[in-house]
Amino acid sequence: MSTSTEQLTEQLAATTLLRFATAGSVDDGKSTLVGRLLHDSKSVLVDQLEAVEHASRSRGQEAPDLALLTDGLRAEREQGITIDVAYRYFATPRRRFILADTPGHVQYTRNMVTGASTAELAVVLVDARNGVVEQTRRHAAVAALLRVPHVVLAVNKMDLVEYREPVFAAIAEEFTTYASELGVPEITAIPISALAGDNVVEPSANMDWYGGPTVLEHLETVPVSHDLTACHARFPVQYVIRPQTAEHPDYRGYAGQIAAGAFRVGEEITVLPSGKTSTITGIDALGEAVDIAWAPQSVTIRLADDIDISRGDLLAPSGDAPATTQDIEATVCHVADRALAVGQRVLLKHTTRTVKAIVKEIPSRLTLDDLSQHPNPGQLVANDIGRVVVRTAEPLALDAYADSRRTGSFLLIDPADGTTLAAGMAGESFATAKAVAVVEDEEGWDF
Amino acid sequence: MTTVAHVHDSTDNPYALSHLDSLESEAVHIFREVAGEFERPVILFSGGKDSIVMLHLALKAFAPAAIPFTLLHVDTGHNFPEVLEYRDRTVAKHGLRLHVASVQEYIDAGKLRERPDGTRNPLQTVPLTEAIQQHRFDAVFGGGRRDEEKARAKERVFSLRDEFSQWDPRRQRPELWQLYNGRHAPGEHVRVFPLSNWTELDVWQYIQREKIELPEIYFAHEREVFARSGMWLTAGDWGGPKESETTQTRLIRYRTVGDMSCTGAVDSDATTLDAVIAEIAASRLTERGATRADDKMSEAAMEDRKREGYF
Repeated sequence: MSTSTEQLTEQLAATTLLRFATAGSVDDGKSTLVGRLLHDSKSVLVDQLEAVEHASRSRGQEAPDLALLTDGLRAEREQGITIDVAYRYFATPRRRFILADTPGHVQYTRNMVTGASTAELAVVLVDARNGVVEQTRRHAAVAALLRVPHVVLAVNKMDLVEYREPVFAAIAEEFTTYASELGVPEITAIPISALAGDNVVEPSANMDWYGGPTVLEHLETVPVSHDLTACHARFPVQYVIRPQTAEHPDYRGYAGQIAAGAFRVGEEITVLPSGKTSTITGIDALGEAVDIAWAPQSVTIRLADDIDISRGDLLAPSGDAPATTQDIEATVCHVADRALAVGQRVLLKHTTRTVKAIVKEIPSRLTLDDLSQHPNPGQLVANDIGRVVVRTAEPLALDAYADSRRTGSFLLIDPADGTTLAAGMAGESFATAKAVAVVEDEEGWDF
Repeated sequence: MTTVAHVHDSTDNPYALSHLDSLESEAVHIFREVAGEFERPVILFSGGKDSIVMLHLALKAFAPAAIPFTLLHVDTGHNFPEVLEYRDRTVAKHGLRLHVASVQEYIDAGKLRERPDGTRNPLQTVPLTEAIQQHRFDAVFGGGRRDEEKARAKERVFSLRDEFSQWDPRRQRPELWQLYNGRHAPGEHVRVFPLSNWTELDVWQYIQREKIELPEIYFAHEREVFARSGMWLTAGDWGGPKESETTQTRLIRYRTVGDMSCTGAVDSDATTLDAVIAEIAASRLTERGATRADDKMSEAAMEDRKREGYF
C-alpha cells in the first residue's frame, strides 16, 4: 500500500457523521448554499453537473441551475420548487455529512419537521436585505420544538448589502434573542454570500470584521455526541434472539439500539412496563462482547434471569427508570392530509411498541409565527402544531422529549390504513415556557 | 451577541461513533424492526456489493441466530457467471433459502418481449412484482442508496407499495426520528432500504473493514470488451458485440453489477480493496453515471421505473 493510500485510509477512518438540516424561505438562496457546499467539497461529480447543465440549457437557462441537483422528482423540476425532503451526502477529510434538504414553503412544515427530527444541527437561512421574517421565526420555532441541539443562522446575500457589519449584527441579535427565548441551546450566526462563496467554504475577504468560522468549518467541528452521564439510559427491546441450536442451546439475547445513555455489564436493570428486575450478564456489540455500550449502538443484551421480555419492552437502570403512564400530554405536528379530531381512535407507536389510543383532548393549536396558542381548535389539519392529550390502552414508559428525543417521541397512526397522522413530542413544547404567550382572540386562524 | 461553538476535535470524544459504526448501527436497527413487525420479509440478493453488504449486516443483526429472512434474486438471464457462482456459494455457506425469478422464463413463455436495445434491466420489474405477490412477501429489502440517483434521494427507508407495487413519490409517509411505520393492507408491501444513508465509498470502506469477500469482477482483470454508448460492455452470448462493434482485451473492473447488456466496466488497475477505495475517492464520476446505460435514457428514468415497481 502506497503512502498516499495509507493516508487516505487513515483520513477516511477517522471521520464522524453529522446529520443536519437546512431551512430557508423560497428565495433565500438555500439551493445555492447547498449547491456550493456540495460543489466546493467536490461532492458534485462531473456526470451530475453535466446532467444539470444539459437540463438547464433545455429549459433555456444560461447558467447551470444548481437547484436541479437537489430537486429529484419530475413534479419538483416542473414546478421549480422543492416538495419533499431530499437527503444529500458529502464529505470532507474531517467529517461525513447527511444533509436533509427541506422545503421552505409554509405548507411543507411537516417536511421540515421530518428533516429536523434526526438532525443534530439546523441551518436557517435569511436574506440579509429582508432580515428576520415570519418564515425565519417559524424555522427557529420548529428547530426549538424538535430540540435540534445546534442552530446556525446563515445571513445570506451579504454581497447585496455591501458586506456591512451593522446589517449582519442587527439580524443576528434579533434572531439570537428570539431563538434563545425558545430554548435553542446554541446559536451560531455567520454572514455569507452563497452565490459569491463568502464564508461558505472559504473565509471571506469582503468581511474582515467577521472572526468566526465559515459554514463548512463550523459543520466540521460542532460536537456530535452528548454527555452520556447526563442522559437517562434507555433500551427499547426490538427483537428476542434465541438460536436454539446445538452450538447455542440456551442463548437468549434482547436485541435493540440503545436509545439514550450507556449500559454496563453487572448493572441492575428494570423491565418496563412489567417492573421486573434483573442484572446484565453480557452485552454483544454486533459480534464483539463488550463491558459497556452507549447510544446509538445496536447491541444484544443478556440478562441473569429468564424473565418474560418481548418486543416493545424497555430496559432501564433500576435506579433511573421512567414512570409508566397511560395519559400522555404532548405537542404534535400533524403530518397527514386528513384531520386529527378529539375522540378519534388511533395507534400510537413509541419506540418499538405500538398500542391503541384515543385522542381525549386537543387543548390548543400553536401558531408558529408568533407562538400564540389558540384554545380548543377541535381538530388539527395538515402542518398544524398543537397540544394533545392521548389515553393509551396499555401503559408506556415515556420520557419527556426534552430529556430524550428517542424515547420522548411517538407517531399517531390511522388504524384503518396505516397512514402516519402526527408526530408527537411528550411533555413541554419549548425549553422555556415563558416565551409562549397565551392569546385568547380568534385572529390568526388560517384554515 | 452570538454564541460560537466550542471548537474541539470530535474524534477525541470516546463516545463519538465513527461514521461507519453509525451507519452500521442504523442499518442493523432497520433489519431488526422488520424482523419484529413483518410476517414474510425477503432480501433482494443479486450478488452485487450492496446486497452483499446487506446480507453481512443481517448476519450481524441476528447473530448467533440465523437470518430470519429468505432471499430473492431477479435473474435477467444476462448475469455475470462469476456473480451467479458467488450467489450460490454464499447462499449455501449460510444455509439460506433463495428464490429466483427469471426474466428469461418470462421471455420464453411470451409474457415479456425483448427490447430492441437488448437491455433487460427494465424487464426485471414484472418478474419481481409477481414474485412478491406469489410468495406474499410483505417486506422486501433492497440495497438502494439515496446517493445513487436523485429520485432515490427522495426515497423513504420504509417505502409503502400498493398491490401493484407502485411507488407514489408525492404520497409518501413522512418518516420521523427512527420510528418506521410498516403498517400495510393485505396485498401491499413495504420496500425497505437499510443502506439509504450509505454512499458508494461507505460501502467500500465497510467491505474493507469487515473483510467481506466479493465477486472477482469488482477488481481489475483482463476481459474481452467492446465499446457502446461510451461504455465498455462484456462480449458474450447475450447479444454483443454487433457487426459494427469490435472487441478488444482491456484491463477493467466493474463498479456496479447488473445486467451485462447495460452495465459498463471502467478502465482500472485496482486489484485490491485499498486500490479500489483510492480510485473511487479520486473519481469524478458517479457509479451510475459511469456504468449504467439505463439511467441515461431520460432525466426521470429512475423515477419512472420506480413508479412501476422497480427498485
